Amino acid sequence: MAEKEVLLDVKDLKMHFPIGGKKLIKGQQNYIYAVDGVDFQIKKGETLGLVGESGCGKSTTARAIAQLYKPTGGEVILRGKDLTKLKAKALIAERKNMQMVFQDPYASLNPRMTSGDVISEPMRIFQKHGLLDLSRKEMDERVEQLMERVGLSRFFRNRYPHEFSGGQRQRIGIARALALRPELILCDEAVSALDVSIQAQILNLFKDLQDEFGLTYLFIAHDLAVIQYISTRVAVMYLGIIAELSGSADLYKKPLHPYTQALLSAAPIPDPKIEKVRKRIILTGDVPSPDRRRTGCYFYDRCWKKMDKCKEAVPKLREVEPGHEVACFLYHDVART
Amino acid sequence: MTEEVILQVKDLKTYFHVDEGLVKAVDGVSFNLRKGETLGIVGESGSGKSVTNLSIINMIPSPPGRIAGGEVIFMDKDLLKLPMNELRQIRGNKIAMIFQDPMTSINPFLRISTQMIETIVLHQGLSKVEAKAKAIDMLKLAGIPAPEKRIDQYPHQFSGGMRQRVMIAMSLSCNPEILIADEPTSALDVTIQAQILDLMRDLTARLGTAVILITHSLGVVAGMCDTLCVMYAGRIVERGATGAVFEEPKHPYTQGLVKSVPRLDRISGDRLFSIRGQPPNVIDLPDCCPFYPRCDRAMDVCKRKYPRTTEFGNGRAVSCWLYTEAR
Repeated sequence: MAEKEVLLDVKDLKMHFPIGGKKLIKGQQNYIYAVDGVDFQIKKGETLGLVGESGCGKSTTARAIAQLYKPTGGEVILRGKDLTKLKAKALIAERKNMQMVFQDPYASLNPRMTSGDVISEPMRIFQKHGLLDLSRKEMDERVEQLMERVGLSRFFRNRYPHEFSGGQRQRIGIARALALRPELILCDEAVSALDVSIQAQILNLFKDLQDEFGLTYLFIAHDLAVIQYISTRVAVMYLGIIAELSGSADLYKKPLHPYTQALLSAAPIPDPKIEKVRKRIILTGDVPSPDRRRTGCYFYDRCWKKMDKCKEAVPKLREVEPGHEVACFLYHDVART
Repeated sequence: MTEEVILQVKDLKTYFHVDEGLVKAVDGVSFNLRKGETLGIVGESGSGKSVTNLSIINMIPSPPGRIAGGEVIFMDKDLLKLPMNELRQIRGNKIAMIFQDPMTSINPFLRISTQMIETIVLHQGLSKVEAKAKAIDMLKLAGIPAPEKRIDQYPHQFSGGMRQRVMIAMSLSCNPEILIADEPTSALDVTIQAQILDLMRDLTARLGTAVILITHSLGVVAGMCDTLCVMYAGRIVERGATGAVFEEPKHPYTQGLVKSVPRLDRISGDRLFSIRGQPPNVIDLPDCCPFYPRCDRAMDVCKRKYPRTTEFGNGRAVSCWLYTEAR
């Protein structure tokens, strides 16, 4: 495969939220270190899966990329432009290339707008800013095309969200994300709220749309099997950092980071024959709160392979095999500075 | 697991009267639970899993709900006909429940000790001091570190996984015969889910408790359950030993369900199998097979009448015209 063009380049992205009230003296301010230095690239046409447990910073990463939050530090370079440095107007223009699909198909659609209005809203906003020039008729046509494309009858365009089922609502959300013909779609747990039979339909739809429009996805989910199915490459997040990043098949065949190993072994497989004999790595304790600066490995508290030096320094995400990066001292000695 | 049946659900029907019409949330569900068995009920949202279990302990809010028929036989008594005071002695004592969301099922204003002691004193007639000792023992069994200290804390001081451990300790504190667990791990992360499932498996095996496990996750069922009921639109469409159902699903819905889950242990290929269409609207459902609009093997008869249940022996049963005709 030829080397593909990098569409999104995220460099040392940090998102810290102040907690416990504003302190006047800088050193006294407490923070939640939701995303604490994340690096990855997404190439055109590929799907990067972002997987991890609740509170590991998956959604915050997506929102910081979309500039829904102003990142504390780092760069988000989309098509050669650093979004964190753009002024409001220029940012809106860039957003045309980047849209989101959200988890909850009930909360992410305005209940007072018809499905047709929901889908056309991005176009109307861009029209208002003078960034798009479509006639009323062209816009209507595009809405109808989009609805048909995501598997909804165009006769539903005057219906309100409550008249649709969960899966159909998610289709409306996807049509809305496609309305501006973006290159990158950020899917934040886009299939997590759906039932199994509907989840399969929507996953297939995402794949078909990717083939048809050459879309690039950042796909966030906590379900490892879903991530494996949809992704070209997978990044495993833990406490605001990436613990491991590799090609999808590679990661599942040969997980390196102890956390990835535990995560994979904890995920149930729908086959009683396998489940009855499987050995699990059961992690002790809960995910710690990301409310303090860490001087050692972020996974130290729960790791069953921890060594002395893991306490002293934070391992850097480093390529140890072609295309397989891991942040663990078992595989290299490079620490973060 | 023995052959002794401790709970018999016979032709259970629970209806809800809503403005739009009649919802037959549970429509003729029957199954047996044997001593020490773990029985899984799987199905998608709205298929009637939770309502089935709320009906078993007669906790259907009425109105709008109504148990329209059927029997639930436990210890030679029909729970649906029992007066409230006798029912109270069974709920939480002989039949305990764990719910999905541990935050909304524990009282946030009361210390863990208050809530646990209340149950134990009420059902086991111990003194408060004895009850507290028992409660601490249970928390220790459930893997809560420093239970002597933690027992006097409030629910918000526990994490999600820890709260679910408290729920399990609480529900098992009276040595129930049956534990009904309604999506006990759906709100938890995978690593915590693995911990909690391990704990449930271990404790119920040790105490000989039979479990009814409600879940939408086929993965959880595969690891936990001896037998399995698959529900669709208020009915059990297929049941049998878990291994057999997974190995050779008979109902087209079960077949589709098993195929449409992406699996970690194999590369799923380019496309997932998916069941077309939407789950049915359960308001005023006609007496046909509710799956026929989505079924690839639908026949004329499927549109006219709901199929009889075909028994295959060994507890294996399917409700589908494909098998009714063959017989």
